[in-house]
Amino acid sequence: MGAISLRGINKRFGATHVIKDVNIEIEQGEFCVFVGPSGCGKSTLLRLIAGLEDITSGELRIGDRVVNHLQPKERAVAMVFQSYAIFPHMTVRENIAFGLTIRRESRAEIDRKVSEAARMLRMEDLLDRRPSQLSGGQRQRVAIGRAVVRDPSVFLFDEPLSNLDAALRMSTRQEIAALHAQLKTTMIYVTHDQVEAMTLADKIVVLKEGRVMQIGAPMDLYHNPANLFVAGFLGAPSMNFLPVTVEAQGARTVTVTGDMLGRTEVPHRGRSFAPGQPATLGIRPQYLRPDDSGALRGTVRVSERLGTETVVDVALAQGTRLMAALAEDVILTPGAPVAFGFDGYKAHVFAETP
Amino acid sequence: MANSLTRQNRAGWLMAGPAFALIVVFLILPFFMAVAFSFTNQRLVSPNPTEFVGTRNYERLFGIATLTLEAERDETGAVVMRDGAPVYPRLRGFTRDQERYPQYFRKREWFSFERAGNRRTYVLASDVVFLKAVRNTVLFVLVVAPVQAGLALGLAMLINRRIAGINVFRAIYFMPVVISMVVVAMLWRFIYDGNDGILNNLLGAMSFGAMPPVDWLGNPWTALPAIMAMSIWQGVGFHMIIWLSGLQTIPASLYEAAEIEGASRWQTFRYVTWPGLRNTAILIMIIITMQAFTLYPQIAVMTQGGPLDSTQSVVFQMVERGYGKQDIAGGSTISVFLFLFVLSISLLQGWLTRQRP
Repeated sequence: MGAISLRGINKRFGATHVIKDVNIEIEQGEFCVFVGPSGCGKSTLLRLIAGLEDITSGELRIGDRVVNHLQPKERAVAMVFQSYAIFPHMTVRENIAFGLTIRRESRAEIDRKVSEAARMLRMEDLLDRRPSQLSGGQRQRVAIGRAVVRDPSVFLFDEPLSNLDAALRMSTRQEIAALHAQLKTTMIYVTHDQVEAMTLADKIVVLKEGRVMQIGAPMDLYHNPANLFVAGFLGAPSMNFLPVTVEAQGARTVTVTGDMLGRTEVPHRGRSFAPGQPATLGIRPQYLRPDDSGALRGTVRVSERLGTETVVDVALAQGTRLMAALAEDVILTPGAPVAFGFDGYKAHVFAETP
Repeated sequence: MANSLTRQNRAGWLMAGPAFALIVVFLILPFFMAVAFSFTNQRLVSPNPTEFVGTRNYERLFGIATLTLEAERDETGAVVMRDGAPVYPRLRGFTRDQERYPQYFRKREWFSFERAGNRRTYVLASDVVFLKAVRNTVLFVLVVAPVQAGLALGLAMLINRRIAGINVFRAIYFMPVVISMVVVAMLWRFIYDGNDGILNNLLGAMSFGAMPPVDWLGNPWTALPAIMAMSIWQGVGFHMIIWLSGLQTIPASLYEAAEIEGASRWQTFRYVTWPGLRNTAILIMIIITMQAFTLYPQIAVMTQGGPLDSTQSVVFQMVERGYGKQDIAGGSTISVFLFLFVLSISLLQGWLTRQRP
């Protein structure tokens, strides 16, 4: 009943085309994350599913019903807002019970469901407080509690962690993951943070300027990005891109050359290239290793020592920048010459040029 | 350092000086003078020196007594009837007899009511007109404050949306506010005119002539309601703007949350809008109440307190005493009363709406 299907969804605000022909299938019980930079339309897409905005064209199904023209309350969805949207004049108990009060459920039923939700979210001792007496994380739990008691067929989360500090963000993220494991309800989660997307999702939808860039499991997207955008968006630090020229295409690989590279063989992952075609080679910072005979030579601009990892910002010849993440604590002084090599089989090649 | 500070201080006082002087001369001083005058027999122009009279002015305003009379009976002991009603002794016999009835001296009948056993109780007051003014003013406040606040809230909710041309509506509703009440009252005299006023013409046309023309301002039963209606119309736009500003402080996400939870329009109002307007509501009730108590220009322009004192108001009486009858002491006494009355109502409102933990 909680499967969601978006077919050819478009949304225009006046002349602005915000959502462009989006097709997504979300299975019952799946945790689906919409991720993309700000302004990519991910929140709008969520609001279309919630029913807070009208769909311009296309078909939206929740379960086996087309819900395009249904009111939000008829869609059996619950939503957690970035700003929490909990009612300031009500106690935590009244906030959690809101949806039940509205539907005039019996007192006993409301009490039972509220205490169950409070136990699940470990906030039984907060029930009689007012929102002004709560911290940001506690407020977010109230908002989640209000969604949980209604037993919806779909949960919608709109950047629920962006107003929390880093430590709280991590623990709340784990709580949400635990909640999903326990409830097994379909969840759609919007975020601009690729770490949240990678850690929470069964399925990630990467969006850019209202279009779907790629849909897939987190590791699928990480290891096989369909385009430069997805390759650059997922993973931290971002993937390095180097301009190259295609020399020849083999059975499984394509041979490219570049100013700083020399000849390199890279798996083509099903893409086909013509000799002489300009292309882009992508290599994740984690796959670069210091190598005195390596092709990528430059000088250290900045080095960040994180203890288990050292992130180096390197200026290559012609001013190209390169990020390397070394899996050890290395002392590199700015200005020092460095050289990196990499395994061509871990690199990507894209027909696009940035 | 100290030198520059004192210089700056002097410049500051110089700049604040004119406003400060005006406030002292026209607000603070008159306030204390009014309190002082209310204990004297001060007149606007008089050859006689002003004398301290204690609380006499207050006693005159609030002097009230009740007098219960038996119906007159003839020789057989039967109640004398005239026009189907029992006849009572004339009040003059009591109110003019300072020797035997000093408590009723110079008082006049305010109202009376029939009691069992052919008896009638008369409520006598030294200043019937003033008490009628108090009654009318309180009635005015009791009707105008809730109706005006409610209508203003309704309008504010109607115009609190983004649709084309909404500013035209906002401007229309706000327009009466920028017109002076004196001008509004003069215009509405034409609307309420008893012969061929717009209102009578409109009602006549709508009822195909079945509704006879009413002299809205000339009838004791319709004069005060007519002034109430006009006052509500004139002030509603102002309060609408205050409500609107309150409405716009409520985050849109609260409405969206309520919508997703399935709240009906009424439930949304009850659980989201109204609690979010709590402070605005307090402000509006206090402002409207204070404004309504100072009911004056409408009366001065439209009815002069008539007909039959049915539109007397406290402020109108204050001005009428002080300048009309040149009785500055009497006018001051009324103003002191009005100050204390409005102050206590505001304090009561503040106490009733205090933040409870």
